[in-house]
Amino acid sequence: MALLEVKDLGISFGGLQAVSEFNISIKKGQLYGLIGPNGAGKTTVFNMLTGVYTPDCGSIVLDGVPITGKKTTYINQAGIARTFQNIRLFNDQTVLDNVKIGLHNQIKYNTFTSIVRLPKYFKSEKQMKEKAMELLKVFDLDKEADLLASNLPYGKQRKLEIARALATNPKLLLLDEPAAGMNPNETAELMDTIRFVRDNFDMTILLIEHDMKLVSGICEELTVLNFGKVLCQGYTKEVLEDTEVIKAYIGD
Amino acid sequence: MKNFFTNMKKSTKNHLITYAGIIVAYAIMQILCGTGVASNLIKGLLVPICVYSIVAIGLNLCVGILGELSLGHAGFMCIGAFTGALATKLLYDYIPSKILMFLIALVIGTFFAALFGFLIGIPVLRLKGDYLAIVTLAFGQIIINIINVLYIGKDEAGLHFAFSNPNAINMNEETGVWLINGAKGITKIPSISNFTIGVILLIVSLFIVYHLVDSRTGRAIMAIRDNRIAAESVGINITKYKMLAFTISAAIAGAGGVLYSHNLSTLTATTNNFGYNMSIMILVYVVLGGMGSFRGSIIATVILYMLPELLRGLSDYRMLFYAIILIGLMLFNWSPKAIVWRQKVLSLLPFGKKGEKGKVE
Ligand SMILES: Nc1ncnc2c1ncn2[C@@H]1O[C@H](COP(=O)(O)OP(=O)(O)O)[C@@H](O)[C@H]1O
Ligand SMILES: [Mg+2]
Repeated sequence: MALLEVKDLGISFGGLQAVSEFNISIKKGQLYGLIGPNGAGKTTVFNMLTGVYTPDCGSIVLDGVPITGKKTTYINQAGIARTFQNIRLFNDQTVLDNVKIGLHNQIKYNTFTSIVRLPKYFKSEKQMKEKAMELLKVFDLDKEADLLASNLPYGKQRKLEIARALATNPKLLLLDEPAAGMNPNETAELMDTIRFVRDNFDMTILLIEHDMKLVSGICEELTVLNFGKVLCQGYTKEVLEDTEVIKAYIGD
Repeated sequence: MKNFFTNMKKSTKNHLITYAGIIVAYAIMQILCGTGVASNLIKGLLVPICVYSIVAIGLNLCVGILGELSLGHAGFMCIGAFTGALATKLLYDYIPSKILMFLIALVIGTFFAALFGFLIGIPVLRLKGDYLAIVTLAFGQIIINIINVLYIGKDEAGLHFAFSNPNAINMNEETGVWLINGAKGITKIPSISNFTIGVILLIVSLFIVYHLVDSRTGRAIMAIRDNRIAAESVGINITKYKMLAFTISAAIAGAGGVLYSHNLSTLTATTNNFGYNMSIMILVYVVLGGMGSFRGSIIATVILYMLPELLRGLSDYRMLFYAIILIGLMLFNWSPKAIVWRQKVLSLLPFGKKGEKGKVE
């Protein structure tokens, strides 16, 4: 059975049908790409998958659990974590604290424990710090741990967002244009990191990307979205050779 | 000693500096009062300064840490003041120790302020947007109006209540005593609070907010403030943490209220002491002291509360000086140059922090 099973998903804003009849099936451990021209509805799909928007119709099932129309908080706890196209970090907090916030539901202690500073507070905080530093290391951010998130350069902010999402221990990771604003070197490095995350964290990843080099380099399967509809779906190589897809991208 | 300080967590260091500052200030004031240097005017300001510092800390938790605007924190202070004083009026004869009596009043006053904060939070904090400001503003005014038409009396038959018409209270006219007498408020409250109790309460409040902010809970609250959607996306229960922060914030304001009422012999509810004016005044302390900086709230309260009193001698020029000092404080707190200068000075101290992180002080 697939990890993520989406059927007939659709949403409209006012008169605009942003996404319709969207289907996707992602197996565990896959690295899956969602591509398409600007305004095709890719981010909208992510927003429906994570409960930021409530779909008008269709169903989303994650690992056998229906999550259609559920709240974002619930969906994250059910196992979907994401990054945002317009980076959304906790800017007034340190890099380390951003990841600690991601660990919110992984290492728990209550408010009373923190006010009175029971031993559990120190134990959990230590655990949290170790876990967070471990994650930061994966993204080569450990040296910047004490910086404010807003003081990181753009490329590192994108990485920090991925680290924070991973901290929530998801089953499925959604990345919205992770390479946006990165130079070719950074992009190549990011590709390695994404592969590393998939292999070492047993992660399933769905990513939106414009950089064709990145997409063809790491995605096993692709879905192409155009005007809110699935244009083409299948193995990366075949999809990229599809004449319809070439038309949609390059124009006829 | 130096090692001890440099190895310490930055936030812990900061907390200790604040506690130490308060204790030093307390000691100096005690000496000044003991040697008779401090005038009665100054002595009279000490407890109110503790009161408003505590309420400002509570409000800062709401405005600076949670990021929600409240324009009615004086209303929570009012709830704490009245329920606490009422408890003292009822129980004073049965409780042997003054400290114990104050503690009981404190628990009751804080509880009721928290309860009202919770009840207001349930509908309002679920909404996105600045509804809290409007609702708390109304709450502050409504509470005053209700207390001004509330009559509670006590005789051997027990408690009697009346609303808007004191003649309807049905109390034995000879043996009955008023507990709350409408607009005349609560009279003859035993004076069981003092500067020492005020300072202890201030330190306890600080202890609570500092520890709250520097924890899993505090990070969740600040995550909501910084980016609500991102906070949801990492699985934080928004409503729960907003409710928690707001309720604690109201509770602390209530504790300040209990201290306030036990420093007076007659407690009335007017727009000046618990209404819009007071809420805004405390908000000014919080904003000028720095959002999210509890130490700043206290410093701003001390300076801004004492100023008008100390400047009384200047009569006509009083408000002019007040305004100039307000502007000076604003510049000192927010101007980038001043911030850089402050960091430089702090890093010269052996226990100073190296470079500010924009974090909660
Ligand atoms: N909240 C919204 N309100 C109105 N229109 C929206 C909203 N979100 C997305 N849209 C519209 O839906 C379409 C798809 O947008 P989006 O999913 O962001 O595209 P992309 O594929 O570039 O990520 C666009 O036309 C956009 O304007
Ligand atoms: Mg997009």
